[in-house]
Amino acid sequence: MAGNPTQRKSDVLNAHVRAEIDDWLSRYPQDQRQSAVLGALRAVQHEHGHLTTELMDAVADYIGMPEIAVYEVASFYSMFELEPVGRHTISVCTNVSCMLRGADQILAHLEQRLGIRLGETTPDGRFFLKREEECLAACCGAPMMQVDHVYYEHLTPEKVDEILDSLE
Amino acid sequence: MSEDLVNIEVDGIPLKAKKGTMLIRVTDEAGIRIPRFCYHDKLSVAANCRMCLVEVEKAPKPMPACATPVAEGMRVWTRSPKALAAQKATMEFLLINHPLDCPVCDQGGECELQDVSMGYGEGISRYSEAKRAVKDKDIGPLIATEMTRCIHCTRCVRFGEEIAGLRELGATGRGEFMEIGTFVEKSVTSELSGNVIDLCPVGALTAKPSRFTYRAWELVQHASVAPHDGVGSNIHLHTYNGRVMRVVPRHNEAVNETWISDRDRFSYTGLGAADRLTAPMIREGDQWVTTDWETALTRVVEGLRGQPAEACGALLSPQASVEELYLAQQWLRGLGVRNLDHRLRQSDFSDQDRAPLFPYLGDALEALEQTRACLLVGSEIRKDQPLAGHRLRKAALGGARVMAINPRQVPFNFPVAETVSADPRGMVLALAGVARAALERAGRTAPEGFKALLQAARTDETVRAMAQALAEGEGARVLLGVQAHAHPHFALLRALAGLVCETTGATLGYLPDGGNGAGAWLAGAVAHRGPAGESLDAAGQTPDQWLQPGLKGCLLLNVEPDMDCEDPARVMKALGSAAFVAALTPFAGEALKRVAHVLLPVATFAETSGTYVNVEGRWQSVAGAAQPPGETRPAWKVLRVLGNMSGLEGFEYLSSEEVRDALKDRLRAAGVEGFDTVYRHDGASLAVPEASRGLQRIGAVGPYGVDSLVRRAAPLQATQDAGAHALARIHPRQARSLGLEEGDQVEVRQEGLSARLPLALDEAIPEGCLWLPVGVAATRHLGRSHGAVELNKV
Repeated sequence: MAGNPTQRKSDVLNAHVRAEIDDWLSRYPQDQRQSAVLGALRAVQHEHGHLTTELMDAVADYIGMPEIAVYEVASFYSMFELEPVGRHTISVCTNVSCMLRGADQILAHLEQRLGIRLGETTPDGRFFLKREEECLAACCGAPMMQVDHVYYEHLTPEKVDEILDSLE
Repeated sequence: MSEDLVNIEVDGIPLKAKKGTMLIRVTDEAGIRIPRFCYHDKLSVAANCRMCLVEVEKAPKPMPACATPVAEGMRVWTRSPKALAAQKATMEFLLINHPLDCPVCDQGGECELQDVSMGYGEGISRYSEAKRAVKDKDIGPLIATEMTRCIHCTRCVRFGEEIAGLRELGATGRGEFMEIGTFVEKSVTSELSGNVIDLCPVGALTAKPSRFTYRAWELVQHASVAPHDGVGSNIHLHTYNGRVMRVVPRHNEAVNETWISDRDRFSYTGLGAADRLTAPMIREGDQWVTTDWETALTRVVEGLRGQPAEACGALLSPQASVEELYLAQQWLRGLGVRNLDHRLRQSDFSDQDRAPLFPYLGDALEALEQTRACLLVGSEIRKDQPLAGHRLRKAALGGARVMAINPRQVPFNFPVAETVSADPRGMVLALAGVARAALERAGRTAPEGFKALLQAARTDETVRAMAQALAEGEGARVLLGVQAHAHPHFALLRALAGLVCETTGATLGYLPDGGNGAGAWLAGAVAHRGPAGESLDAAGQTPDQWLQPGLKGCLLLNVEPDMDCEDPARVMKALGSAAFVAALTPFAGEALKRVAHVLLPVATFAETSGTYVNVEGRWQSVAGAAQPPGETRPAWKVLRVLGNMSGLEGFEYLSSEEVRDALKDRLRAAGVEGFDTVYRHDGASLAVPEASRGLQRIGAVGPYGVDSLVRRAAPLQATQDAGAHALARIHPRQARSLGLEEGDQVEVRQEGLSARLPLALDEAIPEGCLWLPVGVAATRHLGRSHGAVELNKV
């Protein structure tokens, strides 16, 4: 586009993120670059914590797809955060198996201990209690939660405290 | 052929169709109506509304007709209990979240949802829970949104991607939370954006300028043609009590398909501008006084008669109809006035004697889709002739190599191959480079006259690739656009383009400005030729020659001299010194009031009958639709009366059709049947343009500055395109060397004249050049659209 392209919108992406996106791009045919958008957004979110419009525009520019198409993907998947959130994302499963094994108490304990409600971040920016996840396919270890990318199973309130204490 | 055809049966009616065609296309052609929302003939199949479900034999569930290809022996029922139940259920689901308040909706009465729910819905709703509400978006001055009404058919999204080539709307969120919008607050900027208003099957996207000002059933529909570009898009004017309330496309597959540009859609909003002239006016000293027609007409006849005819001239709008232009030149030439022209923005007339009968595209508009290689010279086709641009876009998406030699890097909405952006001299040398490369490829030597030019030509990979593409591409074309016509060396560009075409076998084509540029040539609205291209006993001078101090009398037909002409400063000066200036005009603009002595109110395209000839040579006659305001009269009638009052023969026409037929008779008498664009240089030596010193002015008319009506269309003037066009533009590196920054207010000096406007940094501008818009208030006191300028920060 004309206008003022002295600076490109993708300039905000650092070398590491670019390398990650390039890796995703290399897995798809040349004319299917938009296929890499999910991987690219994940890399960017990992780097920056959440996706801002500026970052999504950067991804669009880097991959070469319309900005609105990136917004569509980012707003569709619940794993993408469009607002600032805490450093650690906690998702408690409350689906049938976990519910029968006491997931509600685990959630209540988390809310009480962190002093926040579901969907909120602690004021110190440490924890983000993500809107509940549906089944994460770990029924044999119910109740369970996912913190960042790690599964924690057979939870009790004490075990939750231990896990939280071990996180920065 | 016949083996591709399959036999199917729909509702017991046997039909034949091409194998693989979607069922809904077959039933549409057979006149069997299947309800739909998301399906559109010109868009890809989404199959997401589910309204077109029909029963297909052996299929366990109802199938969407829009996404079901026909196969041999298929039996379909569109109104069986199973089909109707499915359609009714879909309708009920769609209405769950749709407001049931049609009486307060702008779309009411012409709403596809309303129509289909009448036929397929229930009289009462079983849904008593809360409905979802969606926040409205502000997507600019042309389209109003009421997003709670959206049924997520995604026609507008697909239109952006597939037709406009600019994906601006999208579906964000999911499930219950899915919304159509731009996600971030922004205006849609496509020059075709208004078409989503027609596409939207509900009241979610409606026309902002006209919403809530009428009911669809109160409007009277008139067929018309848009006069703002050479495509001549077919439109419907919708009037209420004689006033144009809105403009919508009129389907014509050969011209505009089913789309129109935003300019054609919203220009009508300028019809009621505050400075609309409603009665004849004459100047008494410094005062303008309203008068009656007889006084004003007498004043015009006497005023022009009082001046020596050879010191008189006339500027005629390329937007005027064939009839107006024909009568104007008949009358003027009858008075002995030979200096008349519609080529208002042209500055190089040196090869006009070899010009074709009229600036012809070289083919039908539809043929642009078939070209495999196209070189645009001085053409921002996408904004200049949006629907010709759309045809070329289809070719490019099909793999055609579209190339461009332009003053600036134009943003295209399709993939382009080689492009060159350069100052006027650089454009000539680039095209010379293409010619040279083409000659080398063909193993030919340069014809007489081209030697010096080809010697100085640019030789690089880019021009060689252009020559190769034109030589190898089927149906290759070289198109001379609006900016080529305004180029200071138009004749050189044309000679070179002619040579390139002759060498490569490409077709030369013209895309000039104005809605009736072609008609103007045919009607004889040029200085050196009469109607039907007839040669004249004595040719008139070109506007650059007679629009000088010493001009005695002038007639202006729908021309605003400070906006519509090359070198407005010179034109205004010449007119200011003339003893008598008369203007036939719909608007009493400030500049006209300054230089004219009589103002005659004439009708716009919407208010009078007339004929427009588009770039393919298609004659399109229309009838007047709206009531002209006050004392306004059609210009052709005014000119006829002027002819009568001047005592001239042959002004007894009773209708515009008679005028048109008179011109057609002359064309027939002149033996004009076919026409072409073959152009051969006469062999005279062509000089290399001199290298210019200092910052070079480049620039052109923006899409919303093309004529008096468009310039008064407030919604168009509020668009981003109009705003972006009102800036001076310069390359960022050049700006740095001059110590200038984005947004600085700058003063531009040109031969003792000056203008102030804001500066934008733009990499699309070649270094050494300053882009200054034409046809905007900020630059109307400046001179030529090319040449040296100085730039200073204020």
